[in-house]
Amino acid sequence: MATDLLARLGRWALGYLYRLGHGAFFFVELLKNAPAALRRFYLVVAQIHAIGNYSVLIIAASGLAVGFVLGLQGYYTLSRYGAAESLGLLVALSLVRELGPVVTALLFAGRAGTSLTAEIGLMKAGEQLAAMEMMAIDPKQRVLAPRLLGGIIAMPLLAAMFSAVGIFGGYVVGVLLIGVDPGQFWSQMQSGVDVWDDVGNGMIKSVVFGVTCTFVALYEGFEADATPEGVAQATTRTVVISSLAVLLLDFVLTAVMFSTPR
Amino acid sequence: MTRRNIETLVGLFVLAGFVAIGYLALKAANLAAMTVGETYTVSAEFDNVGGLKPRAPVKSAGVIVGRVSSIALDPRTFRGVVTMELEKRYAFPKDTSASILTAGLLGDQYIGLNPGGDDENLAAGDVIRMTQSAVVLENFIGQLLYNRAAEGGDAKK
Repeated sequence: MATDLLARLGRWALGYLYRLGHGAFFFVELLKNAPAALRRFYLVVAQIHAIGNYSVLIIAASGLAVGFVLGLQGYYTLSRYGAAESLGLLVALSLVRELGPVVTALLFAGRAGTSLTAEIGLMKAGEQLAAMEMMAIDPKQRVLAPRLLGGIIAMPLLAAMFSAVGIFGGYVVGVLLIGVDPGQFWSQMQSGVDVWDDVGNGMIKSVVFGVTCTFVALYEGFEADATPEGVAQATTRTVVISSLAVLLLDFVLTAVMFSTPR
Repeated sequence: MTRRNIETLVGLFVLAGFVAIGYLALKAANLAAMTVGETYTVSAEFDNVGGLKPRAPVKSAGVIVGRVSSIALDPRTFRGVVTMELEKRYAFPKDTSASILTAGLLGDQYIGLNPGGDDENLAAGDVIRMTQSAVVLENFIGQLLYNRAAEGGDAKK
């Protein structure tokens, strides 16, 4: 029936809106609990260790690989126009503006986001969160807020490492293997990359992505059905939603930050 | 793992992150070469500023002595007013002339200062009177074509 279809569409839209609003309130509540988490800073430090330190290896390896590929592909295209010296600029700009924040966020969603969701989902399934509430400990303050802060602090640092390692990778392929002039490589890069407009905006991007990815992971974990299937589905949703959110937000942020060439 | 070990590892992680940011700022983006220290502001009026951009270098004898801070149009004279910040340790005579030059054939534009011979030096807020505008390639080509056409007409006569 047409009315049935209409009703289903309406239910879907309302459910979606409900989740969006629910998520927004959840986020505000986490922010309210953030100062309390900052007072017990060791909780945040432990989360930076769990989220950040264990991600360094995958971030560094991916950054190096992306830098290698940028060096090869960039040289292939630029040498057609006799502009192979601009390789350093191309590698640095693409890494600092786009690839650093975005690829780091995607890897972060897979590496750290999933473990956050699974951890909190299992805590809920094992009724640990309920037990905390019985002891008058707010799980949002004790468990969720330190993880959110840890993610927000870790993400920009990881993105900066990704870009730095990537530029090194581009240098290895471009200068050491292919033989672009090292002086031109660095000077073109330095004259074309701006500290605030490029590096700074890239950092802002990665902070936004850090908030997004960590929050999605925490929300999905906290709202997961307290069953093995529920946790499994929540983990999947974390990766899907954070990846899509990062890519869409990246477009919006790029449009706002870089739409007008200087 | 003890609490101290975790704190040490996180310290290492944060340090590595800051090193990476510093590397991006200094090695990739050349923060060190931006003019720091005290500057004084001087402006110059040009008929045409061409493709000059804010933060473009101001050079004298090829050495960077300052940066362009802003470019605006004077609503009365309809000339482009370029404000630049020069480093305090460099003083230029009052009759210094400024011209907009291009680095290489297609490179970025910068301002070149040619020192004059006046006894007094430019002070903060002074306006450089003698200026030479940017070369606009289209006008230049148009002029060239015009001259060639004129020569061709002479030869036929």
